[in-house]
Amino acid sequence: MKINPQTVINKPLAPWRRMSLLIGFVLAVSALLARAVEMQILDAAFFERQGDARHLRLVTVPAHRGDILDRNGEPLAISTPVSSIWMNPQQIDVDDANFSRLAKLLEMRTSMLQEKVSVNQQKEFIYLKRHVSPELASKIQDLKISGVALQSEYRRYYPAGEVTAHVLGFADIDDNGQEGIELAYNAWLKGEPGKKRVIRDRLGRAFDDVERIKEAIPGKAARLSIDKRLQYLTYRTLKAAVLKNNAVAGSAVVLDANSGQVLAMANQPSFNVNDRGQMRAGATRNRAVTDVFEPGSTMKPLSMAAALESGRWKPFYKVATAPGRMKVLGNTIRDERNYGDLDVGGVIEHSSNVGISKIVLAISAEQQWDMYQKFGLGTATGSGFPGEAGGRVSQGALTNDFERASMAFGYGVSVTPLQLARAYAAIANDGVIKSVTFMADAKLNQSKRIMSVTTAREIRKMMQRVVSATGTGKLAQVPNYSVAGKTGTVHKFIAGGYAEQRYLAIFAGMVPADNPEVVMVVMIDEPRNGKHFGGQVAAPVFSTVMSGAMRLLDIPPDRISGTQLVHQVEDAAQTNPDGPA
Amino acid sequence: MLVGLLLLTAAGLGILYSAGDGSLPLLEKQAIRLLLAFLVMLLLAQIPPHQLYLWTPWVFAVGLVLLLLVLLAGEIGKGAQRWLDLYVVKFQPSEMMKLATPMMLAWYLSERPLPPGFKSLVVSSVLVLLPTLLIARQPDLGTALLVAAAGFFVVFLAGIRWTVLIGTTLAALGFVPLLWKFFMHDYQRQRVLTMLNPESDPLGAGYHIIQSKIAIGSGGIYGKGWLNGTQSQLDFLPERSTDFIFAVFGEEFGMMGAIVLLSLYAFIILRGLYIATHAQDNFSRLLAGSLSLTFFVYLFVNVGMVSGILPVVGVPLPLVSYGGTSMVTLMASFGMLMSINSHRRLLSR
Repeated sequence: MKINPQTVINKPLAPWRRMSLLIGFVLAVSALLARAVEMQILDAAFFERQGDARHLRLVTVPAHRGDILDRNGEPLAISTPVSSIWMNPQQIDVDDANFSRLAKLLEMRTSMLQEKVSVNQQKEFIYLKRHVSPELASKIQDLKISGVALQSEYRRYYPAGEVTAHVLGFADIDDNGQEGIELAYNAWLKGEPGKKRVIRDRLGRAFDDVERIKEAIPGKAARLSIDKRLQYLTYRTLKAAVLKNNAVAGSAVVLDANSGQVLAMANQPSFNVNDRGQMRAGATRNRAVTDVFEPGSTMKPLSMAAALESGRWKPFYKVATAPGRMKVLGNTIRDERNYGDLDVGGVIEHSSNVGISKIVLAISAEQQWDMYQKFGLGTATGSGFPGEAGGRVSQGALTNDFERASMAFGYGVSVTPLQLARAYAAIANDGVIKSVTFMADAKLNQSKRIMSVTTAREIRKMMQRVVSATGTGKLAQVPNYSVAGKTGTVHKFIAGGYAEQRYLAIFAGMVPADNPEVVMVVMIDEPRNGKHFGGQVAAPVFSTVMSGAMRLLDIPPDRISGTQLVHQVEDAAQTNPDGPA
Repeated sequence: MLVGLLLLTAAGLGILYSAGDGSLPLLEKQAIRLLLAFLVMLLLAQIPPHQLYLWTPWVFAVGLVLLLLVLLAGEIGKGAQRWLDLYVVKFQPSEMMKLATPMMLAWYLSERPLPPGFKSLVVSSVLVLLPTLLIARQPDLGTALLVAAAGFFVVFLAGIRWTVLIGTTLAALGFVPLLWKFFMHDYQRQRVLTMLNPESDPLGAGYHIIQSKIAIGSGGIYGKGWLNGTQSQLDFLPERSTDFIFAVFGEEFGMMGAIVLLSLYAFIILRGLYIATHAQDNFSRLLAGSLSLTFFVYLFVNVGMVSGILPVVGVPLPLVSYGGTSMVTLMASFGMLMSINSHRRLLSR
C-alpha cells in the first residue's frame, strides 16, 4: 500500500508515546540536575579541596649562602642563582614527542632516561640534572613536558679555583659545607631556607606566588684574613717550586706576625674546586693544617728559646762542637762538618746538631719541655679548621738524653706547617704567642707571653745570621729587607726508620727581622731533582713570596744598601730615557 | 528559536575565550564557522520540506559512499580515521550522516502505513545499522551512537509497537556482552570501566574525568568567575576547548550558570518538539522529532560524560565546543526545523 507522504496526518501522536518521551526527557534532565546538585553543592567542598591540592604547592625557597671574602672584600666564594631540572616519574609521559629531545638536552640516551622513569615509578621527585645553565633551563622548559619542571637553587662558585681550594674547602650541591672554611663556618654561611605557597600548572611550573609562609634568611658573609693577591703569589710560587724540584707535595703558610691571622695558605697538589668530578683523593687535603712532619733544624730556634729563658745560656757563650760529632747514650749525633768552637748564635747559623744538643742537655728536661708546650707543640692552633692536627711531643721521651737531644734538632717531635708558623710568629711578636685565625675580624684572639722580649730579639738576631751570605739560608734573602729564618732538611720517617734518600726541605722565617710583620713557613715534600736542602729548595720560595708580600702589604724597606740604590737608579734611567742619566 | 540559538552561541564564544587561554585567532575561527553555520541554517530554512523529501535518498546514498571512501582513504586524526580531505576543506562524512540517516528513515517510513509493519522495521534497521556500523568502524563511537539514536527516534516516533520495542531492547541488551567482547576496542572498554571507577587509574584513563569532575564540583553554586577557573586556566583540564568545555563552564559559572545554560538548551529542544507535534505531514513530523531528540541526546551524552555519569565518548557540547563540522550539521538541522515550522503555516493558510 502506498500513501502520499505529503498528506496531512489525521492520527495525532499517541498519548503514551508522548508521555514516555516526556518522562524520558524529564528523567534525563533531573539526572543531570541531581548530578549538578550533588557535585556543586553537596560535594563542592570536597572538589574544591581536590582542586586546591592540584594547583597549590608548598615549595622551599632556597636561602642564599653567604659569600666568602678576602680581607680586602675580594670575593673568594660566591653563590649565584641557577636552576635544577627535576621530574615526577609518575607524571612524565615517556611517549611524549619531546621526550627524546629532553634526553638529548640532558645528554642522556633516550633509553637511559626511560629506564630512569620506569625504575623510579614509586617516587614523585627525582633530580634529572642539577645546576644547569640558564639557556639549557629555558630550552627544557620550552619542551613543555608534563612532569618535568625547574627548581631554583644556588650554585657555589670559587673564582680563585685551585688557588684557594684548601683553605675554603667547598660546599656540596645542596649547599652544605664539606671541607675547610665552608665546613667550619657552615652554620654562619648557610642561612635558613624559606617556604612559600605557589599556584602551579599541570606541568609543575610555578605560576604565581600566593603567600610567603616563611621568608628565606640569607646566610651571612664571612670576611677571611686571607689576602687574595698574596694567596695567588704564594700558590704560584709554591707550585713552581714543587714542579721544578719534582717534589711529591708542598705547603706554605703566611701569617701576620702581629695578629696571628692567616694571610695565605697554599698546598700542592691542589684541585679545581669548581669541577670536583676530577678530584683526586690526596689533592683535597689541606696539608698545611692536617699533615704533621718532623721539623728538623727549624726546631732549633725553639730549643734555643728554652735555653735562653733558663738563664743558663747567653748569646755570647761558646759551645765546642769539635770534632763535629758526639755520642749520647751510645748513639752518634753528627754535624755536616766540624765547626769547631761556635758562639750560641753560630749554632743556629750553621745548624749544628752537636751544638744544640749540648746546649739543651745543659738545661733541665722540664725547662725544655715547658718551652715546647708554650710554643703550642702537641696542641692545635685554635684556628678551628676542620681536621686540624695537633702534632706530637712526647713527655716520656724527655727522660732520655738522646731523645732530648734529638728533639732539640727536630726529630721525635711532629708539627703541622701552621703550628710551626705560629711558633715562629711568637718569636716574631717579641715573645707573645697568639692563636691562629682565618677570620679578618676575629675578636677572641688569645695571646700569651711565653718568653722575654730580649730572648725573642736575640733569637731573631741569630736567625738573621742564617740568612746572611755565610748562613745555610742565604737564598731566603729579600732585597732591601732584613730577614730572620731557619732552614731545615729532614730525612723522611717511613715505616722501619728514616729513609736515606727521601727528604723534607723546610724554611721558616720572618720579615723584616728587626720588627717582623710577616711570618712564613715553606715545606717541600721529597724534592727529587738533585737538590734537597731546605736552604736550596724551600728558601727561594720564601724569598720570592716575601719580596712580593712586602710590596703588597706596603711595608717600608729597612735595609737599602748603597749598591742596590745605585742599581735602582740605573734601572730607572734605562726604562725612562728622558729622565736624568 | 533563533533567539535561543543566538544566546547559546554567544555564551559558547565567551566560554571558548576562557577555555582557549584567551586566544583570539581561535575565537575568530569559531566565529567564522558560526557565521557559516548560520548561513547554512538560513539557506535550509528557505527550502520547503517536500524539496528535502525529494533529495533525501540521494543525500543518504552520497553519504554512504563518502563513508566508504573514508574507510579506504581517509585522513587519520587522533588515532581514528574520520576525515576526508577534499583539498579545499577537511570534511567528516559521519557528520553528514547525522542528518542523512533520520531524513532517510523519515522518508522511508512516511511512505508506509503507520505504525510500521515487520518488513518496514527490518528495512529501517538496515538503514540505521549500515551508517552506524560504518562510522563505528572508523572508530567514532560517539557519532555512531548519535546516528543510531537519530534513526531510532524516527522509528520510535513512527509508532513502533511496545512489544517490538521491548523485544529489541532485550535483544540489544543481550547483544551487549558480545559487543563488549568482540566489537569494542580496548580503549573503549577502558572508558566504560573508567566511568564506573575513575579513581582506579587517576593519571591514566581516569585523568580526564577526574579533572573534569573536580572542575565542575569546585565551581560550587556561583562559580569562580569568568577566566578564574583554576582547573581550566592552569591546564589541568584536558580537551577544555572541545569535549570538556562544559567543565570549564561549570567551574567558572557554578551551578547557576549551568542551569541557565541547560535551560537554553531545554528551550531549543522543547521548541523543536513543539514544531514536530504541529508538523503537518509524516516526513516533517518524524524528521523534526528525531532531530530535536538527537540534539537532546547530544547534550545529555556530553554533559553526562563530563560530569561522570556516562562513559567518555567523543561527543562535543553542541554549539559551544570548538569545532567546525558538527556546528554546521547542527545548524543545518535547525534550518530544517525552521523550514518545517514556517512551511506549515504556509500550508495551513
